[in-house]
Amino acid sequence: MNMLSLLISALSQGMIYAPMALGVFIAFRILNTPDLTIDGSFVVGMCVCAVVTISGHPYLALLCGLLAGALAGLCTGLLQTKLQINPILSGILTMTGLYTINFVILGGQSNLYLQRTVINSAGAETQVASDTLYKSFRNLLITLSGNRRFDSNLSILILTSLIVLVLAVLLAVFFFTRPGIAIRATGDNEEMVRSSSINADRTRIEGIMLSNALVAFSGALLCEQQRYADLNFGSGMLVVGLASVIIGQVFFGRHSVTLGIISAIAGSLIYRVILQVAYKIDMPSYAVKLLSALIVVIALSIPLIRRALSQRRQETEEEK
Amino acid sequence: MSQLVLKNLRKTFEKGTPNAKVALDRLNLTVNDGDFITVLGSNGAGKSTLFNAILGKFRLDGGKIILDDEDITQMKDYRRALNIGCLYQNPLLGTAPNMTIEENLALAYTRKARRSFFAVNRRDSEYFRALLSELNLGLEDRMKTRMGLLSGGQRQAASLLMATIAEPKLLLLDEHTAALDPATAENVLHLTRTIIEKRHLTCLMITHQMQSALQMGNRTIIMDSGRVVLDLTGEERDNMTVPELLQLFQKNVGRDMASDRMLLDLQT
Repeated sequence: MNMLSLLISALSQGMIYAPMALGVFIAFRILNTPDLTIDGSFVVGMCVCAVVTISGHPYLALLCGLLAGALAGLCTGLLQTKLQINPILSGILTMTGLYTINFVILGGQSNLYLQRTVINSAGAETQVASDTLYKSFRNLLITLSGNRRFDSNLSILILTSLIVLVLAVLLAVFFFTRPGIAIRATGDNEEMVRSSSINADRTRIEGIMLSNALVAFSGALLCEQQRYADLNFGSGMLVVGLASVIIGQVFFGRHSVTLGIISAIAGSLIYRVILQVAYKIDMPSYAVKLLSALIVVIALSIPLIRRALSQRRQETEEEK
Repeated sequence: MSQLVLKNLRKTFEKGTPNAKVALDRLNLTVNDGDFITVLGSNGAGKSTLFNAILGKFRLDGGKIILDDEDITQMKDYRRALNIGCLYQNPLLGTAPNMTIEENLALAYTRKARRSFFAVNRRDSEYFRALLSELNLGLEDRMKTRMGLLSGGQRQAASLLMATIAEPKLLLLDEHTAALDPATAENVLHLTRTIIEKRHLTCLMITHQMQSALQMGNRTIIMDSGRVVLDLTGEERDNMTVPELLQLFQKNVGRDMASDRMLLDLQT
């Protein structure tokens, strides 16, 4: 594979994971609350999407995946507000419970391929690949371009970019509407939200639902792209999302919601490019999680290191 | 007609433990429409607890709170906030630092604003600008500035605006100038008076400054051990001096009121 197609492959993955990064951004930056539901809601999005896609509704599948994530978020939100369970524990509880639910959704198995068994004219059983969003779009592109061969990653990148663009615009607009600023204020100063006669429990739950819906949507997109759902796919997803958000911040800053949305998406793209480079220099695939964790640790320590450096510089200047 | 009636309010914190503390002890108080009451009392007398009870921050052990003929004893805190504005000592509590001045005001105004898609819109912005310019702090030209970049005094002034923007029936001020430097405190206090007069607000204000407690408003109450022990109005209050007040307190309660902090305030 040449460099360009490697880049396109990395970017297409980055775009697929971008809604997940947006979800993490909403949880960690806007609501200011760590939410570990994310590992579970990514998989629930995948599983629900897989089942609905196999039944022949690839578009409805994305919506169902998204709603399943919102439900997972609702569960965590209720634990946090109504039962006043610590946010981190609330997330862990939902995530743990979701494992069983995901197992059931997949029909009692740990993974599911997007295909159906049909009996052909000769009476033998054969596997037929289910229609997916990406398959239809690629066929459309091929028809439009007059039957030219078309890089499948490029078609994935184009379609996902369009989806993410729409999503980003909708989100950016939403955060300036009344319900939107109420969610932002809940993360910034919950007491003030109550003083303004707004039910902060409700806005918090809405925020968590929105965040997990986006994460699950990402899982659904990935499911349609890679054509299978896997029960264990979600572990470490939160760290990946956090890495994306933090990387994005390094480039775009964090002082407005709109910039935050852009930087989460950009961060997701850059993160995948970093991974692609690491693979290129023969990093084994099992090293991905360690690398993700390291990226987060390094990115989080940058402000501290910077402060220490500037302090030392000041001290040496004073000595002079 | 916004009358606040407090009947037999009772609250004991950490009930049934050795640390049990009676914070409100069958407290009774009727606040008349348009009253501006200053609330005095030593530390631990139950002043802030009284405010938190009115705001619905905890469940009472007993008693009734009636605002404007409506029993709000069981009402959730955020629902009460529709008609009750509040300002705390800490200027950081009243505002959201990562949102702009305009967005903060828009959020506070949500409870009374007309429906609109965007929280910040031209119609409301004009109103906010007019309100901000009354503060004389130049904030009307910085409406897109993040709240976190303002000074404590500016944030407290903005909080004051937010607490009163929805024209509450009752305004509660919990030592809202105590954390500010003297000049800024004076300025915020002046703004408070102006806003209260202009909007004819009914107001309770906790303070440690005995002198200004007697000067501001039309009524002064003094709390001790979770009760109202002195209630001064009219001529009696007009003729009262700080030493006389201390004497009266000693006569009624049987010991000195002045806490260290009050003595400090007396000297200044």
